[in-house]
Amino acid sequence: MEHVTKIFSNGTVALNDMSLTVRQGEFVSLLGPSGCGKSTALRIIAALGDVTRGAIDWPSSRISAKGRPEGDISFVFQEPTLMPWATVFGNVYLPLKLRGQSQSGVRDQIMEILRTVGLQDFANAYPRELSGGMKMRVSIARALVTKPKLLLMDEPFAALDEITRQRLNDDVLRLWHETGITVVFVTHSVFESAYLSNRIVVMRARPGQVFDDFALDTSQIRDEDYRSSDEYHQACAKVSHALQGAIHAAGGEH
Amino acid sequence: MSDKVSAIEHDGSAYARPGFWSRHGETILKILIPAAVLALLVGIWQAIVVIYQTPHYILPGPLLVLEAFFEDWGTLAPALWVTTKITFISLGLALVGGVGIAVIMVQSRWIETALYPITVILQVTPIVAIAPLILIYTPTTQIALLICAFLVAFFPILSNMAQGLKSVDHNLLNLFELYGASRWQTLIHLKLPASMPYFMTGLRIGGGLALIAAVVAEFAAGSAGAGSGLAFRLLESQYRLNIPRLFAALFMLACLGVAIFALTSFISWLFLHRWHESSLKREN
Repeated sequence: MEHVTKIFSNGTVALNDMSLTVRQGEFVSLLGPSGCGKSTALRIIAALGDVTRGAIDWPSSRISAKGRPEGDISFVFQEPTLMPWATVFGNVYLPLKLRGQSQSGVRDQIMEILRTVGLQDFANAYPRELSGGMKMRVSIARALVTKPKLLLMDEPFAALDEITRQRLNDDVLRLWHETGITVVFVTHSVFESAYLSNRIVVMRARPGQVFDDFALDTSQIRDEDYRSSDEYHQACAKVSHALQGAIHAAGGEH
Repeated sequence: MSDKVSAIEHDGSAYARPGFWSRHGETILKILIPAAVLALLVGIWQAIVVIYQTPHYILPGPLLVLEAFFEDWGTLAPALWVTTKITFISLGLALVGGVGIAVIMVQSRWIETALYPITVILQVTPIVAIAPLILIYTPTTQIALLICAFLVAFFPILSNMAQGLKSVDHNLLNLFELYGASRWQTLIHLKLPASMPYFMTGLRIGGGLALIAAVVAEFAAGSAGAGSGLAFRLLESQYRLNIPRLFAALFMLACLGVAIFALTSFISWLFLHRWHESSLKREN
């Protein structure tokens, strides 16, 4: 994923003439008030929604008929979106099964990815037996099992409690470092975006557009110490300021 | 409760080992209470017959019915077998047809628009009204009964299945699309398993209705002779004022109905108990 450019406009003005280039290996947060079209933007990148005008350019060679690079994208939804009738193993196996890979051939691969998210002991559990945070881990494991180049996350931890969310944030950061994957992370949390990303795209509503776009490179390793550092607080303040600007630009009704 | 108290009195450790009663008490009560109520009702029935000296051609006592049940077993058993066969074959056909048409219907809105009114017309027309007509066009009464029972059992399975196929989580559909799943893969790996609870509802309703339709259709069609089912034996007993036999046939029908209910509930449990909310015991 070297140069992803997408330019689109939408008739219902969910998004109006929005352009964004994501470079390989970036961790981009899409931040904005509710209704600014950040989830819509993410769905359009995944070619899950129709585009009125504009197009998405991919550097990848293999583009499917639907307009997305085959097998290079994964999506983590706001809900865990697991199949309740399948075990944790079965849920993670799904993307590979749809590619026609036999279960015996990929068993080790699946167990490995379950180990990465700390669920190796729950391979045979059903989703209903898991906590909200664990279900989300399964969802992340399923997204990573295909070894995608781009991971799209749509407010994945919004419904979780603060402690679980922080732990999952750390997990996502670790996985990002380990795999070198590109992440586009939609969130409405200033703190989450400041903690996770090395680039923040602030969106405004009516019409949905990029309001601000800046890098957030830090010298510190992002861990618990970073969370209490001045650098983090300054980043939060900067992001918060940009968000206020975006809300103001849209009429300040939020 | 009293057992717990006595356990404390005897060895002072009520928590140490839960007794047989506290482990299985609820299950036993669940069987004992309905059985006791049933026995009580049969007892009252017998008492009424004895006290009022009711003639057995109006209301036979339970003992007389039991006697008829064993004496007329030779006549009733083949009839029971015929009714059972018609019920299960028609239910089987309704399952295949209902699921098949539901799957076809959800493939395209046009097919649904074309087929749905026909299935509704077939459903809302009282089956007894069509039975004589079906009888004209079919070679044997058996086949006519089969068609009637099929028509009745078919609709709940179709409508539940169609509802289930359409109620799949949209994000899961998105997920399948994202991974480039074919229409066939989406059907097999997502839509069919997701509509399992709906299918099971259709199965339980359809199972009960198939039996009812098999009996009602036989009343209307009026079969006779060796190939006749329990409904014919019911009518025949009524004409001959052989009321004990009528009760015995009724008893058989009730048992068949209970058996079908138990079977469909068991199948439902078998498929859903590991994951579906309906089969789970609430723990909090």
